[in-house]
Amino acid sequence: MIVAADTVAVDWYLALGALLFTVGAVGLLIRRNPLVMFMCVELMLNAVNLTFVSLARELGDVGGQVVVFFVLVVAAAEVVVGLGIIVSILRRRPGATADDMSLLRG
Amino acid sequence: MTDLTWLIPALPLAGFLILVVAGKRLGEPLAGWLATLMVAGSFAASVIVWLGLRGSDGGPHHVFTQTLFTWLPAGGFSVDVGFLVDPLSMTMCLFVTGTAALIHLYSVGYMHGDPRFSKFFVYLNLFVFSMLMLVLGDNLLLTFLGWEGVGTCSYLLISFWHEKEANASAGKKAFVTNRIGDWGFMVAMFLSFAALGSIKYTDLNAGAGGLATATATGIAVLLFVGAVGKSAQLPLMVWLPDAMAGPTPVSALIHAATMVTAGVYLMTRINPVLSAASPWVATMIAVVGAVTALFAATIAVAQNDIKKVLAYSTVSQLGYMFLAVGSGAYVAAIFHMITHAFFKALLFLGSGSVIHGMHDEQDMRRMGGLRKLMPVTAITFIVGWLAIAGVPPFAGFWSKDEILLSAWNKGGVGYVLWAIGLITAVLTAYYMSRQVFLTFFGEPRWKKVGVREGGEGEQSAEAVETEQGGGPDEPVLEHADAEHGEEVHPHESPWTMTVPLVLLAIASIFAGVVNLPFTGRVQTLQNWLEPVVGAGEVHVDVATGVKIGLAVLATIGSLIGIAAGVQLYLRRRFEDRPADPEILERGWYYDQAITDFAGGPGREGFDGVAWTDAHVVDGAVNGVGWLVRVAGGGLRRLQTGYVRSYALGIALGAIILVAAITIRSSVL
Amino acid sequence: MEAAVFAVCAVIVLSGALGVVLSRNPVHSALSLVGTLFGVAVLFIVQDANFLAAVQVIVYAGAIVVLFLFVIMLLGVDRTDDIETEPLVAQRPLAILAGIALGGGLIAVLVGSTITGVRGSGATLKADTPDVEQIGRLLFTSYLFPFEITSVLLVIAVVGAVLLARARPGDQIDEEEPVAELRAEPAPLDEEEEVDA
Repeated sequence: MIVAADTVAVDWYLALGALLFTVGAVGLLIRRNPLVMFMCVELMLNAVNLTFVSLARELGDVGGQVVVFFVLVVAAAEVVVGLGIIVSILRRRPGATADDMSLLRG
Repeated sequence: MTDLTWLIPALPLAGFLILVVAGKRLGEPLAGWLATLMVAGSFAASVIVWLGLRGSDGGPHHVFTQTLFTWLPAGGFSVDVGFLVDPLSMTMCLFVTGTAALIHLYSVGYMHGDPRFSKFFVYLNLFVFSMLMLVLGDNLLLTFLGWEGVGTCSYLLISFWHEKEANASAGKKAFVTNRIGDWGFMVAMFLSFAALGSIKYTDLNAGAGGLATATATGIAVLLFVGAVGKSAQLPLMVWLPDAMAGPTPVSALIHAATMVTAGVYLMTRINPVLSAASPWVATMIAVVGAVTALFAATIAVAQNDIKKVLAYSTVSQLGYMFLAVGSGAYVAAIFHMITHAFFKALLFLGSGSVIHGMHDEQDMRRMGGLRKLMPVTAITFIVGWLAIAGVPPFAGFWSKDEILLSAWNKGGVGYVLWAIGLITAVLTAYYMSRQVFLTFFGEPRWKKVGVREGGEGEQSAEAVETEQGGGPDEPVLEHADAEHGEEVHPHESPWTMTVPLVLLAIASIFAGVVNLPFTGRVQTLQNWLEPVVGAGEVHVDVATGVKIGLAVLATIGSLIGIAAGVQLYLRRRFEDRPADPEILERGWYYDQAITDFAGGPGREGFDGVAWTDAHVVDGAVNGVGWLVRVAGGGLRRLQTGYVRSYALGIALGAIILVAAITIRSSVL
Repeated sequence: MEAAVFAVCAVIVLSGALGVVLSRNPVHSALSLVGTLFGVAVLFIVQDANFLAAVQVIVYAGAIVVLFLFVIMLLGVDRTDDIETEPLVAQRPLAILAGIALGGGLIAVLVGSTITGVRGSGATLKADTPDVEQIGRLLFTSYLFPFEITSVLLVIAVVGAVLLARARPGDQIDEEEPVAELRAEPAPLDEEEEVDA
């Protein structure tokens, strides 16, 4: 419930984070374009960041914000490497989707 | 002096090893002399140890043990190589080594000219070693070692001339039949260890009183199964007649004097266990012995091969020994074992001499009138004949009489067994007389056969057909080729063969002295064996008048048998073939029945077992594999190779986790 | 006041997210992502995480999304995606089901559970000090080791990216490899093209 005071209850932020995470997860499952799938992963990471910051404010803990910092750094590194992989795959097969790389089928 | 016990088996073992390495080089006859010397040395050692035992070495109970080394240390179960020197084992050692030495000497002459001369003595020495281990061992496992050893040597020696398939088959038959008995022995060993924690005779006999009756019965019955196999009783007697395919010294040593007596020895050794078992066990042993004796005697009546008669006779006499064991008369059994060793070995060696002199002829219908041409053989053979027929004062009379007495003493079914024993005695006298008259008296029928070289003369060959094979009727011929077309000139055998005959004949005459039944002091064997069998021995409780009456009856029976033989075979001519019914000649079709069973329903059974193994057992194993494969194949479909379906799986897992947390927290 | 900001930003964030997921054109998806990121940055500011908001905009929206757009343009995947076809059986319905379940479950857990009030790092967030200083202090004391490791991670990422995107000789379409569909006008790649990682 939105409080009349100046703050919004932490539950709302958490709910927003959960929704954002869900949208990202569903997008990951539905889309076939590897780049779009990657973007959905970024959505999920952002949802987590939001959750951390909200709880940091709620608990009065700086550690939450430090974690977000690290998540950001790692996400950046991850995007770099991931896009490098996507580039090297799509260079050989321009129209490839996530479903075309199924060599590991049992 | 008893410290020298280890020498007794060591000398034949040394002989075996030397001959294995250098036998061929030593060649004939040196290999034979070496082997004979070793066994003679063993006999000398036995005498020395025996004297020591009689003296003060063994203490009042005349027991002495010598342990050489630990053979199998296996945690809670430890087996030593140790010798139990007591009256029973020394008695066995003495007559085993004695007869073995004489037979070794005989073989030097008999196997003359055989290409594998030294190998024969290799096996013979190994056999003597195994037999001595059997007798001297102080625990069941050591006896079993000897038991298996003599079985192996028996196989090797029966099929010594293995170029002929019949000989090889006979060896195999002996081995396989013995194996059935060995199974009983082994399970008895396991039982003994399970019940008492030890397989030493001292422990087994001392603890026999404390055993549950069922356990003692089990051990006794299982050991008897082993004895039935080794000593050729019903139903496992089929191997002994076929074993005549081996050379005659082998038949004499193994299948008359020593190996086949191992079963009787075993039963005597464990007599406290027998006493602790249920009473029906002893009765069963006696019944089996008596029935076997009668069964074999009836078959022997109609045999034409000189060695087959003696083989069935051995089975019959062994039946007597088991009858004695079952009646609680262990001393009588051992007594008969000793006398039987002497006269049966004598008879076998004599028949070997005849075969040798007749150039490998074994069919009695082609012999006759040999007593003038082979006098020493004839006289010694006649001595053996009188001994086995139970004519006093020869050795066989005393021992057989004691057995019949103990059967009578048993009471109840014992009277029936006594009657069976008496009838068997009559038959024994009859068929032995028949054998003697056919072989040594009458017209020389070997001159009538004439020329048989080249093609078979239809007429004569038909009348006296020689088939190869192992049935009771067919003479299993020893040597690879026995069809000599040339004229036969029977001659006396060399001194290496006749000296043992004479010595054994002397023994057969006087061996009865060992246990004359008159007064206590003269019963030397009984007194000597008292510490071993005293507890289990059933003392004869019959009035003296009855004893004399029974002895007279037995003697009359023997004379009746001899008279019948005289009437039918001495006075009549051969062509009449007065009393050889086919059914007896074929051994009551017992062998045939076994073959039919194994080929017919037996085969079905085997096929059924094989089918079960292939389909049920293998089916279960393969079924597990099939199941795994099918399950794997089903699970394989999860691995689509598509990243997105894996992601879906992860999402589902995450949902489950979230749900679990929700439930937990709401429960909390 | 904060409530209004929260409401607006929530709308922006969610619509951006839906745009990412539902757009046919990958470029549109990237732009929607930018919207989401900005919304999240504003929400950071509202919660007094100013430094993080700035970093979010600079790194995420400024660098990562730009990188995405570079790759999209480079590889020529800016054409509309075939969003209708779904080769995997029952993927869509199951995905939507999973989404509903996951979302519901997460909200239930996050909103329903009680916050214990136990601090993780033991460093209090003071309202008066600028958060840059607070974060910095923590980074160089308690979290020094992860900080250094992260720098190593960045170096590894750079090296890895360079290696991966290197042009190799003979790089061309492999005849045997199964491709979902061969475009009518394939974009042949020349060997000399460099990729800025």
